[in-house]
Amino acid sequence: MMNQLFKLDKGLEAIGGETSATKPPRCIIEVENLSAWYGHKAVLKNISVGIGVRSITALIGPSGCGKSTFIRCINRLHEVAEGGKVAGKIMKDGQDIYAPDIDPVDIRRSIGMVFQRASVFPTMSIFSNVASGITLTRIWSRRRDLQDVVERSLRKAALWEEVKDKLDQSGASLSGGQQQRLCIARAIAIEPEIILMDEPCSALDPISTLKIEELMLEIKKDYTVVIVTHNMQQAARVSDWTGFMLLGDLIEYAPTREVFTVPKDKRTEDYITGRFG
Amino acid sequence: MNSTGGNLRRRWMNRLMLVICGCAAAIVIGFLVLILGYTIINGVSYFNLDFITQAAKPVGETGGGMREDIFGTFILVGIASIIALPVGLMAGIFLSEVAGDKAASVIRFSADILAGVPSIIVGVFAYALLVRPMHSYSALSAGVALAIIMIPVVARTAEEAMHLVPNSQREAALALGISRWRMILGVIMPGATTGIVTGVMLAIARVAGETAPLIFTALGSAFGVQGLTEPIGALPLQIYRYALSPYSDWQKQAWAAAFLLVILVLGINIVVRLVSYRKK
Amino acid sequence: MPGTPDKKSVSRPRIGDRIFSNLTLFFALLILLIIAGLLVVLNIDAWPAIQKFGISFITSISWDPVREEFGALPAVYGTLLSSLIGLVIAVPVSLGSAIFLSELSPVWVSRPVSFLIEMLAAIPSVIIGLWGLFVMVPFIRDPIEKYLGANLGFFPLFQGPPFGVGFLSAGIILAIMVIPIITAISRDVMHAVPSTQREAMLALGATHWEMITGAVLPYCRSGLVGAVILGLGRALGETMAVTMVIGNSYKLTASLFSPGATIASKVASEFSEASGDLYIGSLITLALVLFGITLLVNIIARLLVWRSVSVKGTGE
Repeated sequence: MMNQLFKLDKGLEAIGGETSATKPPRCIIEVENLSAWYGHKAVLKNISVGIGVRSITALIGPSGCGKSTFIRCINRLHEVAEGGKVAGKIMKDGQDIYAPDIDPVDIRRSIGMVFQRASVFPTMSIFSNVASGITLTRIWSRRRDLQDVVERSLRKAALWEEVKDKLDQSGASLSGGQQQRLCIARAIAIEPEIILMDEPCSALDPISTLKIEELMLEIKKDYTVVIVTHNMQQAARVSDWTGFMLLGDLIEYAPTREVFTVPKDKRTEDYITGRFG
Repeated sequence: MNSTGGNLRRRWMNRLMLVICGCAAAIVIGFLVLILGYTIINGVSYFNLDFITQAAKPVGETGGGMREDIFGTFILVGIASIIALPVGLMAGIFLSEVAGDKAASVIRFSADILAGVPSIIVGVFAYALLVRPMHSYSALSAGVALAIIMIPVVARTAEEAMHLVPNSQREAALALGISRWRMILGVIMPGATTGIVTGVMLAIARVAGETAPLIFTALGSAFGVQGLTEPIGALPLQIYRYALSPYSDWQKQAWAAAFLLVILVLGINIVVRLVSYRKK
Repeated sequence: MPGTPDKKSVSRPRIGDRIFSNLTLFFALLILLIIAGLLVVLNIDAWPAIQKFGISFITSISWDPVREEFGALPAVYGTLLSSLIGLVIAVPVSLGSAIFLSELSPVWVSRPVSFLIEMLAAIPSVIIGLWGLFVMVPFIRDPIEKYLGANLGFFPLFQGPPFGVGFLSAGIILAIMVIPIITAISRDVMHAVPSTQREAMLALGATHWEMITGAVLPYCRSGLVGAVILGLGRALGETMAVTMVIGNSYKLTASLFSPGATIASKVASEFSEASGDLYIGSLITLALVLFGITLLVNIIARLLVWRSVSVKGTGE
């Protein structure tokens, strides 16, 4: 099972005795002692972690372990939810994004997000969906000026060829996989540095899933991607670093190959070998 | 045996009561059929082109129509909408998107209370607030009275329509770095359009048929539509006046006006409900 | 182990958001302001009459614009009596219809029937009044009042000449107008009863009817009471249709056949002809009395309906 899972891996022994790093060499995000609550329920407990620039970081763990909450803290979306509270620091380019003088709206413009269920705006056309992050932050924008951005974003999201002739149709008319790629295009259009993905494939069929995964590998050349997934194969296939979370704690964080081949923690091993509830 | 006898009685009781409940529903439908039937039959027989193209004739002269009152009703509904839509929509946004639980429940409660205030009292209010200080009955005061009736309806239906927009839409918009107010206007409101339009149209239909608040604000006008600060006629007002008049010609016109008003009000209701049923 | 949450990370919202939310708050407060304005303005304009008559305004039965003597008792009585007649007719019909819609009929029946009942609610009051005046009142006069007078005439309620217009007609008209309201709310309240309640009763061997009376109705009792009271609130303030069929005579009488007046009909039929601060003030005081009654009734009803619907709404 594990071996099958690890076809990508060329030699287990190669990393055998090495002491691995505790964080990627170049981090765009440094999280220090991050805790988060829903009301009085603690969902994240003192998490410290660094996220490597232009790479894919995967967070795995059973549902309810706090992995979604974690990425929602990165773009300050957690505090929007009822009772959502956050403590600790998240440094981006040396600046704490939770500092009092930081506007969460600015943070979210440099950190895009893609959700579990494609959150296409159903009343908008495909074009307007992609452009919405721009049009809804400006007073006035002309379609001509947006054309380039929309095309570029849709191309990057590998959707352009499929929709270029029906840009004015409703975004809701697309298939599930296309909608999800539309959401990725929408996130790309605001030219963020980081793209957070919250189980982006869990509602998709295998072919659409494959497309999204290829897309992630493609966009990591330009963007830092953080993906939450309950699908271990997916984490193994696409990510560079993997964190395993359990009940609000970050149990293990290491290069993906290490996590899946030589997990240091017994609980991680139990989880990735499927011995976990 | 005793128990089988009891069971038989219970079964008959069951059937009897269920039939009675069915009859109750049939009675209600019966009232609707009676009222609509008489209005349509009488209205159609007295309805003619003159009725909508001619102004009223003085007492004693036959003929004439309600052109000016039809016009007046549109003007009054227009004034009411211009005032009530922004207020109602913004209050609805406050209830659904801005307010905390406590503030929302206070405003929601007052909106419901305001919606329950008898329309005649709203008319008295508009009279005391506008007619008396301005020393004149006016279209404006009647429009304000109708607006006060519309506001809570628009606010509550807008709130409910916006509640139906899934939270994921809000999060998606915020995650794009869109500020809250642009999110509300650019994503939530468009997503709630059907519900909001439904509520607004139903409020308009309701207000178009209101009579009590017009009696001492709009008053009615024998000289047609003259201006916002002058008295103005309205279809429902004219139905009331003509119905209570002793002239059979006027009574016939009241039926014709009732027919027109029913078509207008129920027409809006039917179209709006059919559209919103289909959307669901 | 992290301690309790702190609030340090709450930053001030952007200026656009602040302006916008304050703007919505302003418009929301306008609703409160209108209610407050209603109370204040009506009180100011009613003041001459309140000052002159005091509490005796409620208990006096005269209404004489020439001698400037005004009392509200006949109107208050007429309001309560016609609403009571309305409810006596409307409550059983509405509950029966609501049970039919919620418990008995399949969706393809209940949906169009609900639709039609909503249509009845949408018909403007003045049109129901027109129908009442020209179609129903003659029918009430003869045969209904004649028959009742002949057979139940020993009862004070059914004594007196059959006018047609009067309390009975007003009551029936009010019933027609509040039935859709009570029916719709009762139906929703019954819908909110969890189906486990029904199943539990049926599992005990209850018939359908016993399930309704034993499980459904007791469970949503307070909501149903709320629905009826909401209907009452509507009936008390209903104006046009009542004004057109009640006959507008200002007196206290036990006879249901007698013409009478309600607060709303009195205000509607005399306000535009009234002159003098005292006369207008008296009419506005009448309106204030009605406002007070309906406010009270509506508040009670809202609380009852909200409570019973929020039982269902916990899953949100």
